[in-house]
Amino acid sequence: MRRIYLDYAATTPTHPEVVKAMLPYFTDIFGNPSSIYSYGQEAKGAIEEARVKVADLIGARGEEIVFTSGGTEADNFALKGVAFANESKGNHIITSPIEHHAVIETCRFLERRGFRITYLPVDEYGGIDPGDVKKAITDKTLLISVMQANNEMGTIEPIAEIGRIAREAGIYFHTDAVQTVGHIPVDVNELEVDLLSMSAHKLYGPKGVGVLYIKKGTKLVPFMHGGEQEKKRRASTENVPGIVGLGKAVELAQQDMGEEAERLTYLRDRLIKGLLERIDHSRLNGHPRKKRLPNNVNVSVDYVEGESMLLNLDLEGICASTGSACSSASLEPSHVLLALGLSPEQAHGSLRFSLGKWTSEEEIERVLEVLPRVIAKLRAMSPLLKSQK
Amino acid sequence: MRDVWSLYSEKVMEHFKNPRNVGEIENPDGIGHVGNPVCGDIMELYIKVNDSTIVDAKFKTFGCGAAIATSSMVTEMVKGKSIDEALEISNRAVAEALDGLPPIKMHCSVLAEEALKSAIDDYLAKSK
Repeated sequence: MRRIYLDYAATTPTHPEVVKAMLPYFTDIFGNPSSIYSYGQEAKGAIEEARVKVADLIGARGEEIVFTSGGTEADNFALKGVAFANESKGNHIITSPIEHHAVIETCRFLERRGFRITYLPVDEYGGIDPGDVKKAITDKTLLISVMQANNEMGTIEPIAEIGRIAREAGIYFHTDAVQTVGHIPVDVNELEVDLLSMSAHKLYGPKGVGVLYIKKGTKLVPFMHGGEQEKKRRASTENVPGIVGLGKAVELAQQDMGEEAERLTYLRDRLIKGLLERIDHSRLNGHPRKKRLPNNVNVSVDYVEGESMLLNLDLEGICASTGSACSSASLEPSHVLLALGLSPEQAHGSLRFSLGKWTSEEEIERVLEVLPRVIAKLRAMSPLLKSQK
Repeated sequence: MRDVWSLYSEKVMEHFKNPRNVGEIENPDGIGHVGNPVCGDIMELYIKVNDSTIVDAKFKTFGCGAAIATSSMVTEMVKGKSIDEALEISNRAVAEALDGLPPIKMHCSVLAEEALKSAIDDYLAKSK
């Protein structure tokens, strides 16, 4: 059975050219970048080359790019780093209820340490009103953190507008751009952000490497103490193969981003339209069109639960994901979907398909053929459907 | 590889793929309704009782793979059992009959036991 992978927002396969670029750095050029002999210096050179590529992609300067172990570390670094370095100036942080757990849980940690967190309201699509950001600012506000696009339901937030407000107020602004970099244009100057998180494995790079962009002059405490790597902001011997892989992934993304976004948008809209037409009592989660990631489809299907849909899809070779959390300790469904005002049943009945480089029209057609069958089977055993009659 | 690394045992998947006793019983002698939408699992269990013996059982479930498999298994286990015997069926017994459940899914077997007990309670209340 051919496998149909539609979970690119969870992780992407590493591009074969990325793997090829990385390989020599495991073997021939294995040296420690801090060593002065040529093995080490070649590795150092490769890191600096990758740094320039990443900086170019987002309109930054090389010195403003700090390599991390991934998006989660970048988010932790940004929030804790700014909070702890600026404690004397205030204790207030503004964020949204639909952030990734890497931001939400870091905020909860800071809350326990005495910081005050404001969670902004969101509209039915998960959109944030920049006016609400303005209203939430106090003289104690240190930092605003709003994601550029949501990983679950794909809504793109008005980052540039929020950035302008933050800059006028002289407040640091962080955006989690893990779902956007390499997929849609991201420019730190246009967005007026001070900090931006990204991750390699969401853009066909390897797992275990990410970036925190830190605008020059931003005051934050180092994430790890130790050696002098990353200008003492993040000690630890660099993940050289990973960083080289990220550089290559960024280079490839730059080449075909526009074309790819257009292709995926077409497939996305085809899948959305097909699903809503073929499945009654279903709805799209997130923004309907313009303010939506090109690769994200998220629907809620009434009367059925997400994991049982996923298992049935998996039996047909289709990989997707759900906002149902039947296997998490809390059992509570996605905080993102609940924030949009969905009922727990609707959140448990959500399915996310995220498209990518190797998604074909044929695969989309296959999902449209399989899913209605799966849902009919599950609805036949649903006690919710009967009580609705 | 696949079998070793899958979330569920083969038996759970078998019951998930081909659930037994799906549906409702017309004029049931007892109905159990348990679970809640926040947790994402809702089970309805119907029993038909003849001479203190459960002669038929059916279910309807909204929930994950484990919820469906435990519903299917408990209805299989209960058929032909006396009320007293049925009350002895524990969540562990249901899980064991399915060759085990992942620890995080044990609550589904608890739900199956509760659904059965609730159906029996309903029967006992009605037959008083």
